[in-house]
Amino acid sequence: MRQALARKGIDGVTLLALPAVFFVIALFIYPFLYGLFLSFAPKDGSTLGNYIKFFSDPFLYDTIWKTLLIALPVTIINLAFSVPVALRVRLMVKPKLLTTILVIPITLGTVLVAEGMLNYFGPRGWLNRALLEFGLSDAPLHLIHNYWGVFLSLVITGFPFTFLLTLSYVTGIDPALEQAGAMLGARGWERFRFILVPLLLPGLMITFCLSFVQAFSVFPSAVLLGAPAGITRVISVAAYTAAFEEYDYSMASAIAMIMATVQVGIVAALLGVQSLLYRGPAGGGKG
Amino acid sequence: MIRTQSVAGRLWVWAVWLLVGFFILNLLGLIATVVVNSFSTRWFTTWLPVGFTTKWYLSAWEEFQLPDIMMATFEVVGAVVLLSGLIGVPAAYAMARREFPGKKFVMLLFLLPMLVPPITFGIPLATVLYKAGLAGSAIGVILANLVPTVPFVILVMIPFIQQIDPRVEQAAKVFGAGTFRMFTNVLVPLLTPGILAALLLVLVRTIAMFELTFLTAGPSNQTLVVALYYAVFAAGVRAGQSVDAMAVIYMVTTLAWLLLALQFVNPTQIVTRAKRK
Repeated sequence: MRQALARKGIDGVTLLALPAVFFVIALFIYPFLYGLFLSFAPKDGSTLGNYIKFFSDPFLYDTIWKTLLIALPVTIINLAFSVPVALRVRLMVKPKLLTTILVIPITLGTVLVAEGMLNYFGPRGWLNRALLEFGLSDAPLHLIHNYWGVFLSLVITGFPFTFLLTLSYVTGIDPALEQAGAMLGARGWERFRFILVPLLLPGLMITFCLSFVQAFSVFPSAVLLGAPAGITRVISVAAYTAAFEEYDYSMASAIAMIMATVQVGIVAALLGVQSLLYRGPAGGGKG
Repeated sequence: MIRTQSVAGRLWVWAVWLLVGFFILNLLGLIATVVVNSFSTRWFTTWLPVGFTTKWYLSAWEEFQLPDIMMATFEVVGAVVLLSGLIGVPAAYAMARREFPGKKFVMLLFLLPMLVPPITFGIPLATVLYKAGLAGSAIGVILANLVPTVPFVILVMIPFIQQIDPRVEQAAKVFGAGTFRMFTNVLVPLLTPGILAALLLVLVRTIAMFELTFLTAGPSNQTLVVALYYAVFAAGVRAGQSVDAMAVIYMVTTLAWLLLALQFVNPTQIVTRAKRK
């Protein structure tokens, strides 16, 4: 028996993975399933009560659009800026200082960035002062406690994240491939379009998915820098309110499930599009 | 490397660097305003405050009960680092060394908590912890924080373990070491740089982990970042400088550990897990 198992690869060493597997099942899979069942057992006793309530109340279902309206543009902008910057940075001899500076906002987190933004982008902050002083604007720009506050905070913490992920994919491409293209007469744009893009596409899709999922679950900055009762009442705020202000855990679970479904849906749609565009090994080019 | 020669190409390069410069300028400005404001007596309509003082640090220290918060933070962070190492490293060893049926499924199981954002799984998790009576206690906070860190340790450690020649372990076995002794006397010393890197990254991530702690902590076990959130949230109740003094304390705590971690890891690893060098 023991030998038969060992031939399949199960022995004492394999069992070392068990505590971790048990842990993830108990504290990740089980709560998710629990939440799923709880969401179908609302206070009023019906099965679909929470979901019917969510999709018939504009105050609730609008949160999906509001969140998408923030998360999609932010993700696209972050990715669009990350690619050219990463393509330059990979040519640098010592990129460590730059990557270290960029990792700071990720490490400090959204709460500290929010506090800094309240000072810096505020009506009397340094940015507006500089704009007025140099005559670039007649009146202070309103950059906090509205849509743009949340948008900027997601750029400040999201751009470094997207950039560092993109950089790891870009540096994985063998420079010889581009040199070969240049030798055969391909110019900068052509090399980008016909050599780099096809090799980068799978990596960029993964980067887009990860960045989008992060942006879609924005929470502290939507409360601190946005208008949490208005334009930036994102879906996580709705879930939080249901759980910890109305103590309706069933409804909160339903909203969390809807949030997960939208995230999975967008990611699946993107991966579906990708499989139409390109089939091949992910991230290759390192020969 | 190919260098750009055309005028348009050079302009493009300049535009890219200008953009990076503009981003970094704003980023540093944003951090600097917090630091400057925390030392200011009054700061309204000028570039710099009227005068400088350190009194806000003293008032923040007392107002926010920072000694308690610091203790709670280090209790949670210390336990998370220790436990994620103890659960994660052996699991990473099994994943790196054995091929078994269902391995792909187990790998997916470890990837999911890192891919799903904390706020999404945090709400059902907090619900379960509340039903179990663990939320609001240090144990609840620690358990919640372990959910993303255990898989993180596993994923960081797998390539480190794969680098070690399996013959080293076989040699240990030949000389009569059991699995446990082989682990403590052979593997752990060889893996120390990897374990150190993984645990330092866990430490930095846990200090800054807002969502999970926020959803599960009670008033007595708030960590620094959650206390900072409440301070910013209730801004106006206290002087802005006092809130900023607390923000600076949080920033110094996090950045000190980040600098230490960067001695052992590449900055890109904080986002992309470990890649084999």
